[in-house]
Amino acid sequence: MVIGKVWRVSGPLVIAENMSGSMIYEVVYIGNDALIGEIIGIQGDKAFIQVYEDTSGVSVGEPVEGSGKLLSAELGPGLIGKVFDGLQRPLSELEVLIGPFVKRGVKASSLPKDVKWFFRREKGLEIGSKVGPNDIIGYVEETPIMTHKIMVPHGVSGYLKEVVGDGDYRVDEVIARVESGGKVFNIKMYQEWPIRKSRPYVRRLEPTELLITGTRVLDALFPVAVGGKAAVPGGFGSGKTVLLQTLTKWSRTHINIYVGCGERGNEMADALHSFKKLVDPSSGRPLYEKAIFIANTSNMPVAARETSVFLGATLGEYFRDMGYDVLLVADSTSRWAEAMREISARMEEMPGEEGFPAYLGSRLASFYERSGRVECVGNPSRSGSLTIFGAVSPPGADFSEPVTQNTLRYIGTLISLDVSLANRRHFPSVSWLLSYSLYVDNVSAWWSKFNTSWSELRREFLRLLQKEAELMEIVRLVGPDALPDQDKLILEVSKMIREDFLQQSAYHPIDSYSPPEKTLMMMDIILKYYKKAYDVLLQGVPLVSIKELPIRAKISRMKEVSPNEFSKFYVNIVNEIEESFNNLVKGVVG
Amino acid sequence: MNYTLSIKELRSVLSAKGSLLFIKSIPGVRYSEIVEVVLESGESRLGQVIDVSRDATVIQVFGGVSEVNVKTSKVRFKGESLRIPVSSDMFGRVMDGLGRPIDGGPNIIPEDFLDINGVPINPASRLPPSEFIETGVSSIDGLLSIVRGQKLPIFSGSGLPHNRIATQIVRQARVRGSEERFAVVFAAIGVTYEDAYYFMNSLRTASTIENVVSIINTASAPTIERIATPRVALTVAEFLAWRYDTHVLVLMVDITNYCEALRELSAAREEVPGRRGYPGYMYTDLATIYERAGRINGKKGSITQMPILTMPDDDITHPIPDLTGYITEGQIVLSRDLFRKGVYPPVDVLLSLSRLMKDGIGTGKTREDHYQVFMQLVSAYAEGQYLRELTAIVGSESLSDRDRKYLNFADLFERRFINQGEFERRSIEETLNVGWDLLATLPEDELKLIGVDYIRKYHPKYRS
Repeated sequence: MVIGKVWRVSGPLVIAENMSGSMIYEVVYIGNDALIGEIIGIQGDKAFIQVYEDTSGVSVGEPVEGSGKLLSAELGPGLIGKVFDGLQRPLSELEVLIGPFVKRGVKASSLPKDVKWFFRREKGLEIGSKVGPNDIIGYVEETPIMTHKIMVPHGVSGYLKEVVGDGDYRVDEVIARVESGGKVFNIKMYQEWPIRKSRPYVRRLEPTELLITGTRVLDALFPVAVGGKAAVPGGFGSGKTVLLQTLTKWSRTHINIYVGCGERGNEMADALHSFKKLVDPSSGRPLYEKAIFIANTSNMPVAARETSVFLGATLGEYFRDMGYDVLLVADSTSRWAEAMREISARMEEMPGEEGFPAYLGSRLASFYERSGRVECVGNPSRSGSLTIFGAVSPPGADFSEPVTQNTLRYIGTLISLDVSLANRRHFPSVSWLLSYSLYVDNVSAWWSKFNTSWSELRREFLRLLQKEAELMEIVRLVGPDALPDQDKLILEVSKMIREDFLQQSAYHPIDSYSPPEKTLMMMDIILKYYKKAYDVLLQGVPLVSIKELPIRAKISRMKEVSPNEFSKFYVNIVNEIEESFNNLVKGVVG
Repeated sequence: MNYTLSIKELRSVLSAKGSLLFIKSIPGVRYSEIVEVVLESGESRLGQVIDVSRDATVIQVFGGVSEVNVKTSKVRFKGESLRIPVSSDMFGRVMDGLGRPIDGGPNIIPEDFLDINGVPINPASRLPPSEFIETGVSSIDGLLSIVRGQKLPIFSGSGLPHNRIATQIVRQARVRGSEERFAVVFAAIGVTYEDAYYFMNSLRTASTIENVVSIINTASAPTIERIATPRVALTVAEFLAWRYDTHVLVLMVDITNYCEALRELSAAREEVPGRRGYPGYMYTDLATIYERAGRINGKKGSITQMPILTMPDDDITHPIPDLTGYITEGQIVLSRDLFRKGVYPPVDVLLSLSRLMKDGIGTGKTREDHYQVFMQLVSAYAEGQYLRELTAIVGSESLSDRDRKYLNFADLFERRFINQGEFERRSIEETLNVGWDLLATLPEDELKLIGVDYIRKYHPKYRS
């Protein structure tokens, strides 16, 4: 191993000399405390190292030791329900070890090495058969709702010599042996994978399924496909974190990973606690049994923000390879970009826009491009997906800044948050005028399994909202009285769409998760109301009497109707709309 | 950090600029260790190593480099990071921005020496804050409830009465049904002598508080000391909270001055400037201050922060309020319009926000109807504001009866709900009842955000 010496210390950047023979992205240990760092540049015999821990107290001349390895994640049973820092140290275990403050230089095993897991051998597997990377050799029921599939690591292929029988094993015990050309590989329940490198797949599949988030404005208007990628930019106070945590809670995926990158500690604590209390709607089990947290709060070392994001992607790909649908939420990618800017400035690189390094875009791409729905490597054949949501925190809520703009180049859905909506307490504050989704055509086939045409409803909703925006311009100039009744009706119906459909409480026991069936019926109800109202308006009924119909109040409470009762509610209310408008016409015209 | 290296001394200052000294490196110098710069006159100033390489060491001198003579000044390396003596005896004491007593009293007899940079709290060890603090101020208790362990800044503007509001909050704040130890750590960062005096005086005379520690860096004190001032205050707060189970409220004025100092330092270091010349790492730097609030699993104390900043030109998108808002758990924004109307406290409730409110209110904490009343009040006031803007353009002729009621509501809301006396303390019940009285001026079927059962129970029409 290379052993060099510290030559310069400047914040999270350390330059070491006598480092020839080391490689880019190699992990090194700095100084007497063996702080963890990663080589990000080499010049002659000098290595530029970003250090993932506080460098206070390091002095020139202290040793720097190479490890010969890339920064890697440990993948195996023991990940679910855990909270890790950006270097995959288990934070709950650290608390037991060293108390409530994160000290530097602490080393802790990512996966519990003393826990025994019940390993169930894959029955179809025959001794002597040929196995290769990602072939499933057994299962561990990690939590009641999550079966961890034990796969042959990459780089191993050959003939299966031996697999242990069903029983309890630690992750570092050998559970199988594979022989190839006289060489024997010992296979354990865990494997390592360098976090910056994406895990291979056979081929990419087209994203055709809707990622069911249960958040109406997304599912109905700005859908994200399973395996897709979305950005959520929003100024402070726009409800970004609440929205992202809601998505992590309710999205109908097998594994949900939440990366708190450079964000608030109290919010992270809140997420950890609420995931223990809240129950997954489909399984009835606590949400944390299918969740993983990565927490690198804003006051923790900046360089580890980057690793927290890539660690999340690596864990996501690993579960994807088992054939699962994985959701990865990174809050916030701007903090990661700022960390890049800080390191870049200290390396005295030529700055790009607003001081961000010129490679900002490509680095962001290397993260978002790890999403996708793929045919996985290995037997039995299976497909899995990784969907990525990245939050962006633009300074001054100005979306023209480099991080937002670079992100837009790589994502399929833009969920643009609007502070002014949040100030009016319209949540989630997703702007219907600025957001877009490129997955609309992909997922419309998915929606077609329902009787009602989602595409049409969606188009009509967006048309009404767009029209409302135009009409409001006029209202602002000349007042609402100048508008004809048809236009006033559009304002009224748009208000219904905004208040009775788009607004959704993240904390309401029923409203926080809206299944697609319910969402679709709600859209249909509002448009049925609009069509009927429009008809009777043409027949000479004044708008005032339409507004006074009691059906209006009933629609405004429809969010609170539970999904189980919604079909019944739907049939009733559609009849009621029909009836009350017919009566209205009779009363006024007839 | 504790280093056992012997103290090194050096007499080879290469150059001095701004608040930085550049010297030739000597072996064993540690990154971020503390140095003492001794002038010819014998005066000594503290400094810190901010960059060290084989060739040169860069030192940031607290107190500035005036009178430093590159030939005769000496630099003494202390081998440790900046630590301050702390003790549970610090109550009532006044210290400078580096934690040295300036009240003429005796030196602090240290129970411990603590690194002013603190150590990050493990996110997994944090308890989500949920204990409601009653400040007696309606706009805050009712609409922006504060909980123990929260960091909630006041975004003010020059000339607005943030000083009075902050001291009113400190004077009146209590947790209901709790007699636990309560302390205030006050940090004045680059404020005028008058402001610092006002705070110290009002905190001292506030009858409920015997427990105030003041860290004072006035406008005339060295700029560079401002970098240390909030950290010194928080170190004292942490000592009291985690070691002595105390609930500490940390009041910091004015974060804007802190950020100015940061910019000055960054410019001296010739760093690539970010927005408006502030360094790109300002978010991270501010986070290392603000994140030192919270509650910890298994500890009885807590740290609640109330930083105050003046928005340059009342601009909330300026980097200082902007980055602060991204880190803190909400913000109390003061409005110049309300101030001109004579409303005290002039809290802009539409721009303000408390992110942790939902965990601190409701049954058993405040009152069951609190959340819904809050949502309805804000929503009705927003409607009233919108109509105000509309009438300003198109006149009030075309307004319906309903619209007029909303306009009236907005006026009443400002005059009776937001507005209150500087020495008036309203309990949360009184606050909610005032809210109900105002909501009663609107048609009952407009109260869509409140459940029917609460309307029956609390609406003045059904009360009595």
